[in-house]
Amino acid sequence: MALTATDCVLLSDDERSTIEDYEGGVPRWCTGCGDNAILTSLQRLCRDEQLPQEKVVFVSGIGCSGRFPHYMNTYGFHGLHGRALPVAEGIKIRRPDLHVFVNTGDGDCCSIGTAHWIHALRYNMDMTVVMHDNRTYGLTKHQASPTSPLGLKSNTTPYGADLNPLDPLSVTLGVTNASFVAQAVDWIPELLHQIVSLAFHHKGFSFIRVLQRCPEYLPAFFDPWVQDPARVLLLSHQDGIQPAPSLSRTYRNQEEHDPLDLLRAKDIAAGADAIPVGILYRNPEIPRYEELRKPDRLYTPDAIAKGFEAELDRFTIWPEQEEKEHAAT
Amino acid sequence: MATRLDSPPPGIDDTATVLEEHIIDIVSDSGEGAQKCGQSLAGIAARMGNGIWTVEIIPAEIQPPARSIEGASGNRTRLATGPVGNGGDAADLVVAFNEQVLLGRLRAQELKPGCIVLMENMWESNPDPEIAASYVAVRDELVADGYQVYEIPMEEKCLEYVADPRRGKNMFVLGLLCRIYSLDLDLAREQVAFTFAKKGDRVILPNQQLLQAGWQWAEESLDLRFRIPATPPREPRVVVNGNTAIGLGVMASGMEVCAMYPITPATSASHYLSEIFEKVGGVVHQAEDEIAACAFAIGASYAGKCAVTITSGPGYSLKQEGIGLAVMAEIPLVIVNVQRGGPSTGQPTKAEQGDLLTSVFGSHGDAPKVVMGVGDIEDCFYSIITARRIAETFNMVVVVLTDASLATAQQPFIRPRFSEDWLAPPIDQSPIPDGAEPYEWDRDSGLARRFIPGQPKGMHCLTGLAHDRSSTVAYDPSINQEGLRNRSMKLAAFQKTLMPAAVVGDQEGELLVVGWGSTKGAIEEAVERVRADGHRAGSMHLKFLQPMAPGIAEAMQRFEHVMAVENNYCDYVGDGLIDNENRRYTNLAWMLRARTLIDIDCWGEVRGQPLKPGRIEEVLREKLS
Repeated sequence: MALTATDCVLLSDDERSTIEDYEGGVPRWCTGCGDNAILTSLQRLCRDEQLPQEKVVFVSGIGCSGRFPHYMNTYGFHGLHGRALPVAEGIKIRRPDLHVFVNTGDGDCCSIGTAHWIHALRYNMDMTVVMHDNRTYGLTKHQASPTSPLGLKSNTTPYGADLNPLDPLSVTLGVTNASFVAQAVDWIPELLHQIVSLAFHHKGFSFIRVLQRCPEYLPAFFDPWVQDPARVLLLSHQDGIQPAPSLSRTYRNQEEHDPLDLLRAKDIAAGADAIPVGILYRNPEIPRYEELRKPDRLYTPDAIAKGFEAELDRFTIWPEQEEKEHAAT
Repeated sequence: MATRLDSPPPGIDDTATVLEEHIIDIVSDSGEGAQKCGQSLAGIAARMGNGIWTVEIIPAEIQPPARSIEGASGNRTRLATGPVGNGGDAADLVVAFNEQVLLGRLRAQELKPGCIVLMENMWESNPDPEIAASYVAVRDELVADGYQVYEIPMEEKCLEYVADPRRGKNMFVLGLLCRIYSLDLDLAREQVAFTFAKKGDRVILPNQQLLQAGWQWAEESLDLRFRIPATPPREPRVVVNGNTAIGLGVMASGMEVCAMYPITPATSASHYLSEIFEKVGGVVHQAEDEIAACAFAIGASYAGKCAVTITSGPGYSLKQEGIGLAVMAEIPLVIVNVQRGGPSTGQPTKAEQGDLLTSVFGSHGDAPKVVMGVGDIEDCFYSIITARRIAETFNMVVVVLTDASLATAQQPFIRPRFSEDWLAPPIDQSPIPDGAEPYEWDRDSGLARRFIPGQPKGMHCLTGLAHDRSSTVAYDPSINQEGLRNRSMKLAAFQKTLMPAAVVGDQEGELLVVGWGSTKGAIEEAVERVRADGHRAGSMHLKFLQPMAPGIAEAMQRFEHVMAVENNYCDYVGDGLIDNENRRYTNLAWMLRARTLIDIDCWGEVRGQPLKPGRIEEVLREKLS
């Protein structure tokens, strides 16, 4: 029976996934935690892109950010502290059909998993990576993280942190094959969402550092920046974020930054007080490891049988009679 | 039908002494090609139908100092009429490119007293008087001790054919040995062509000339003539070393991804796999470290592409957290551990079987996994195929333990006949039925159907945290108990599929020797030797170490004594402070004592060498006396 046009509209609306379709368990993060903003943004992305839930995998490590996949109604992999990236690479290497996301924290990514972070940039596999940076350890109850500022008092630095913080943006921009580097803040959800969306559409390893508030251990830490829009630098560009006029009225400190300009990106990352928000660098030309390693033939029983027999031939001692026959073929 | 060649092949004189077997060592400085010479010799003999087993003699450094005792590099070939399963005891004939590496073998007691020694003679006329004197001293010592020393002008003869004899001596020696052992010169020429196939005629032809020259020189100048009768093969056989067999096994097992990090002595398996795997659509990923290699393999396997990670001791230690995750989340994973001497960096190039307990009990908490030992070269191949199947049937971690001695040892085995049954089925992407949960543990077997990303309605969050049937983080204490029970139950379910452990030799009597892994051939040979003297002894070689085959305790009870023999450390009562209350046993002995409550003894040695049948024989005789 033919459907009426109205039926078709109703049916297609019914088949559209809604935000609720991507919602998993009820988040157990603290009220006011920046993780909630990231969760909402990624659920919105899935809805906007109408990603089939079964084709999405969120991979995480350990820490508050590690809980992320539990709150998504997609496939999720909540694995080991610091090892989300190699797990995600293993998932992607032979499953180009899957959309892979990684949620990692400042401890997970910049401390215990640093080696994987550097090399994941170099592999440049197609995945969207969100580094939840609250500049402290939350789940283990407030120890200094590699991004904690000098002098920060924590349970492991009761007299103040001794070292200058590591700058994840500068590190990332300095690694061979880095292809997408962005920064967002949890208190400007509109831009967070634009950045997440641009990251998703980038073919390659998209690294987003999200500065996020920890209401439990560093409740006032970001206040100076949250309360003074002049201390946020928006990086706008036609290939980057494009703040709405209403937002631009609040955030007047803006710079037109071409995401292909790596040198300027490094300057911005290393800059002083103002927090840059936007796409620092994007280069869609960098080859992806899963493409470079894509075999020119599929792993089929026939291919294996043929390759295997050819290999055995190299090492085979044939009985005299068979040797003649084998040589003849 | 094939017949044994009791009469010499055409063109071979019949003045040769007929032998059952000989052990031939070829030693040189690193880079002089003694390994290639030994491997080629073994290859030729295998083509003729002899049983062979080769053992590489490897210095720990890439470029050890020239002419040094510790720098001996080369190959041992045990060449026999019938099949052999180990490298034997000591050399009957040794070829040395200088007297220092020869001294290395002598001091290590690797030479039979009075054996035949073929020495490069150029050192006697070396302009450095110290070198010349050293050569003379070693030669005279050997002669005085009754060794049959032959001085060979290797350098001088090779210079007639090539400008750099350092690069050609090995083929000259190969020709020499082919003449001494009455091997077929045409087969030898073919072997040389095979050995240098990649380099083309430019390299093949001069090497064949050198081969011919060595043969000619032996023909004219040596009175050594041996013949080890061979049975021409009736079926096609392959000759590869253990690590190559592992590479072939991965290729034929249905595993599509190998993630690894370079480590000795495992790496050559990955080298070989890197060369061949892409040809059939597989991938070898060299990760940034051992932990990443394990995590990458876990990710691939989680996504439905069963993966293997290949490593050795230190790398295996680093993977422990990943192994625990795979156990907890029930992700199939195959791990090959090519064991080396430990702990710590230990002896990277040397053989040891010290990782059994760490494999069975490794990773914190209760982490049940399957652990298999590999007994010979053929077993390296089939074990990988079996391991993949177990891993994916039971959603478990399977550890395959081989070691440095198997990694480089060569032994012919019947050419495998490829079967599609070895491969994994295509990944399941069908929708999950309504209401099904990701861990629907069967009450009896603990088994649950695995959900693979891409399957509609199978969405869940896999986690390394304790979880319930829906993969939800468990806060209820009974759920943790249930999860651990089910993961343990899978091991029991797998154990129910195992055949009873078989005893080789006498089925009851005075002494049962129990072993696992690469010691199989040496143990069986030692037991045969004591049985030949009328002792009633048997041996039992365990393929599965965790879980173990049924019937082990019952087999043990049929013998007066039971002894585990292993290439790992144990204490001996009476040594220093050791008594029965503090004695530490060999790896398998610990497990068997706990499993069977039988007071079994053990013997283990960690000299970095494969266990020798003669040494085991001594131990058994002492036990039997």
